[in-house]
Amino acid sequence: MAATTRVTDLSSTTRDGVGTSPRRPDGTLKVTGEFAYSSDMWMEDMLWGATLRSPHPHARILGIDITEALKVAGVQAVLTHEDVPGEKRYGLEYQDQPVLAFDKVRYKGEAVAVVAADHPETARRAMERIRVDYEVLEPVSDSRRAAMDPECPLVHEPHELPHHPEYNPRGNRLRYQPVRTGAFAGATGSDGEQEEVLARLRAEAAAVVTTEYEVGMQDQAFLGPESGLAVPAEDGGVDLYVATQWLHVDQRQIAPALGLDQEQVRLTLAGVGGAFGAREDLSMQIHACMLALHTGKPVKFVYNREESFYGHVHRHPAKMRYEHGATADGRLLYATGEVIVDGGAYASATPAVVGVASSLGMGPYEIPNAWMDAYGVYTTNPPCGAMRGFGAVQACFAYESQMDKLAAELGLHPVELRVRNAMSQGSKVITGQEIDMPLPMAEMLERCRDLPMPPAREQLSDPADQRTLPGGVAGTTRGEGVVRGVGYGVGLKNLCFSEGFDDYSTARVRMEVVGGEPVVLVHTAAAEVGQGLVTVKGQIARTELGVEKVVIAPSDTQVGSAGSSSASRQSYMTGGAVKTACASVRDEIFSLARKKGLVPEGLEDTDLSLSGGKVVSATAGALVALPDLLGEAAEGGAVVEHTREFHHRPTEMLDPELGQGDSHTQFGMCVHRAVVDVDVDLGLVKVVALDAVQDVGKVMHPQQLAGQIQGGATQGLGLALMEEVQVEGSEIRNPSFTDYLIPTILDTPPMRIDVLERPDPHSPYGLRGAGEPPTLSSTPAIVAGVRDATGRPLTHAPVRPEDIVGIDV
Amino acid sequence: MEFLSPSTLEEALEAKHAHPDGVPIMGGTDVMVELNFDKRRPQALIDLSRVPELSEWGPDNGTVRLGAGVSYSRIVEGLGAGAPGLAKAARTVASPQIRNRGTVGGNLGGASPAGDTHPALLATDAVVELASVRGRRRVAARDFYLSLRETACRSDELITAVLLPEPTGPQQFAKIGTRNAMVIAVTSFSLALDRQRRVVGTGLGAAAPTPVRAEAAEEFLAAEFDWEGGSSPSEAVVRRFGDLVASAARPIDDQRGSSAYRKHALSVMARRALSWSVTEYRKGAA
Repeated sequence: MAATTRVTDLSSTTRDGVGTSPRRPDGTLKVTGEFAYSSDMWMEDMLWGATLRSPHPHARILGIDITEALKVAGVQAVLTHEDVPGEKRYGLEYQDQPVLAFDKVRYKGEAVAVVAADHPETARRAMERIRVDYEVLEPVSDSRRAAMDPECPLVHEPHELPHHPEYNPRGNRLRYQPVRTGAFAGATGSDGEQEEVLARLRAEAAAVVTTEYEVGMQDQAFLGPESGLAVPAEDGGVDLYVATQWLHVDQRQIAPALGLDQEQVRLTLAGVGGAFGAREDLSMQIHACMLALHTGKPVKFVYNREESFYGHVHRHPAKMRYEHGATADGRLLYATGEVIVDGGAYASATPAVVGVASSLGMGPYEIPNAWMDAYGVYTTNPPCGAMRGFGAVQACFAYESQMDKLAAELGLHPVELRVRNAMSQGSKVITGQEIDMPLPMAEMLERCRDLPMPPAREQLSDPADQRTLPGGVAGTTRGEGVVRGVGYGVGLKNLCFSEGFDDYSTARVRMEVVGGEPVVLVHTAAAEVGQGLVTVKGQIARTELGVEKVVIAPSDTQVGSAGSSSASRQSYMTGGAVKTACASVRDEIFSLARKKGLVPEGLEDTDLSLSGGKVVSATAGALVALPDLLGEAAEGGAVVEHTREFHHRPTEMLDPELGQGDSHTQFGMCVHRAVVDVDVDLGLVKVVALDAVQDVGKVMHPQQLAGQIQGGATQGLGLALMEEVQVEGSEIRNPSFTDYLIPTILDTPPMRIDVLERPDPHSPYGLRGAGEPPTLSSTPAIVAGVRDATGRPLTHAPVRPEDIVGIDV
Repeated sequence: MEFLSPSTLEEALEAKHAHPDGVPIMGGTDVMVELNFDKRRPQALIDLSRVPELSEWGPDNGTVRLGAGVSYSRIVEGLGAGAPGLAKAARTVASPQIRNRGTVGGNLGGASPAGDTHPALLATDAVVELASVRGRRRVAARDFYLSLRETACRSDELITAVLLPEPTGPQQFAKIGTRNAMVIAVTSFSLALDRQRRVVGTGLGAAAPTPVRAEAAEEFLAAEFDWEGGSSPSEAVVRRFGDLVASAARPIDDQRGSSAYRKHALSVMARRALSWSVTEYRKGAA
């Protein structure tokens, strides 16, 4: 090999590595409609499952009669709670949810029985013939009453629930987490003492603002409904192909319910059509496996859209009360907050949501005295759990609204008040945890404020173009009543799992030579839910191993857990696992090269790298090409393979009395500025611009990052202006995309994105999870813009037209 | 379920005669949703998409005769001048894909009080043509809607066309939705000024169990309006007109909006539609 070639090799970097925007491997298939989603799976002789659901939010089950259903021709099985082979309850963290209801139903839509038949229509008709006798009970619909009223009927009997004293459970309270700092921490003796402290602080404050806020129940609105295919196996186990967010946590819950060992329940990720938290909990998994094992045939479930609204958890609606006091120069003196999140009938992620709402409930502000109470409660409302930004989204709407109100009270620009109280590296959140990574909040706020403004309406080429006006093409205004407003929002989000959870990830990486070319295989159990992890895994392998050809193996439980595709954690955790496994592969390759005498004396491993398919030294140039070093795998060449776990640094539970503890792994922040045009007479809104500044530590894939920020901001826009699962008397009024509205492209404005890269010293590449922070900040920014245009208080998200025109709802 | 696909109107009418419970289907944008949601299990579906006459439109004795199966997209493209109120309404229907499929005949057949075309048909005094093996008859849109989702169309009849009078003055349509596209009307309003007959037409959607007119508002404005010069009505007249429109509504509180908001929005839309119409009227725009 000529020396000149070596020099060229040295300067080459691997194409499509970290920091570039390679095309995602599933992108073309998705765009052309050829990608196989979980609902597209099909097998010869498979049966179709259907689920009978409770028509009542709260009722005692007196009896279930399946006789008539079994008589329907084509029906192969009708199963109830009596047929659950193992544990009759499951749950993400709290094992409180029946596989199939027994004794009682606790929400409308709860699964009571499942049917398998040779045709979906047959299954549905059989389902209608199942007779369930109910004694209807009073629903427990009011979350505040559930939290506070000892007389409130119980959704669960205490003895039925897992024992978690650290969560301060009581009555319908699933978790109560107080946090006290400053003078409030010193006055723990009684409520009276705390009130005295509060009265003293109030007296000291030049401005005090107190408001109640509500955030409605948001739906994740993924487009691919719950679906999967369970195939009975010869070993008595089952293979399940399913769209989920975390294969191993599914496996951990499914196996005990089936009375099987973990190894007998094997999961493979099927095509996922979006998740946003809604696939963290089980839906049809156990049901399909039960029916498959019972009938000996493959069983497929696909929920329809309406069923999907009952088939997954939603974002917790929240009722919140906040008080902030500040000095005349705009320094926060104290804040109190009460956040009640409605967990609905079963726990799901509620304890973790309370953990976030309490620890981050005051936002990214320096507050010397904080009094925070966060409650998660059981009601008979639809169960709520994980959704993008959970716990932090709800609180962010409240504390950001408070900051605007306080700024107005003090006559300060909303950005100025935020800057004066901004946290930075070294600050402590109210749990006492230090932010030990960059947090350039003041700079981000100022950068966001200084981004160019969108053109004024008069400057548009056609100011009367209906598509640019509130109400859009429905033609409600030609400019009448339209007022522009500007608002800001900033939020602080924990990234990765918190409170002592070791949500490690595992990666198996293999290097071999195939057809004369080095090829890397990356195998993890991580769920690709649309976010683009599948692309990032390949980028990391290319960068670490200097090889262009990377194959991503399907995600399944044949490799160790990757943790959940949630909490903005997969680039950090599974990215970290791939990086670590790649390092082990690389080390072994270096040692192989040494054994063959290809590394000159005196060169350390740190002097070596893999680049362009070769082992390269910074001083000696290319040492050996990988095909020469390893040899063709099919001809007995070396196959270098390592499986590695990656753990983030440990975190702690919050203490149950003062809420102190280093509970979070990493913090993320996004700042938004929204410019809105509001038809103040009709209460309709057009978001004109939604510009963001976000610090992501390190940009892994610029295009996918933009997608995350735009998508997160748009989901926040939905929560600001239209998205609410309306629940009345514990019943959903709008379980369809006809009446549950999500933003269309005509609702989605241009978004200017300013990305900062201040590396986090604790994380791989210095990266920071990016998916959630924009979902926090965009909602309060938009609502603030609407307030700016209308002068209305707007304390409910989403803002309804009624709120803007001043009609009581 | 039987699926019938007649290729001529005669065959279609015979099919409907033989299957009075059969559901006609054209674009399928309502019917298929109902079938998918299991809200409807008709004995027969009568596919009208192969009947050429239904997809045609053209002049007919001083009116535009619009086949019941002409898509909203074609109405938007072709009837902006011939039936501006209806064309504006068609533009607000759902998404491009649905506008390519959906039809006025389907809107009339479903007769949802929130249907987008009804207010314009009412305001412009359009006529619905019904046909059966017994022959054809015409029913004014204003007599067509009987009660919630009940119409004058009999079980053996098909909706074959609507007759749209030639516009002799401005026509408006506006509808409220909480997002800027793809919404079912929270409420909607249409206004037509008829310069020749000096009458005012209105239509209100999602404001009562059926699409309705605001007759008192029509009479009030017809009496107050300066038909000769087209001068702007006084603020008091505009306000009164809006109030009379709102008071014709008997809306409900539902998941899409409150009754009070619907009335409020109707009054605002009525006032705005009037002001746009006056401007256009003065310009002589038809």
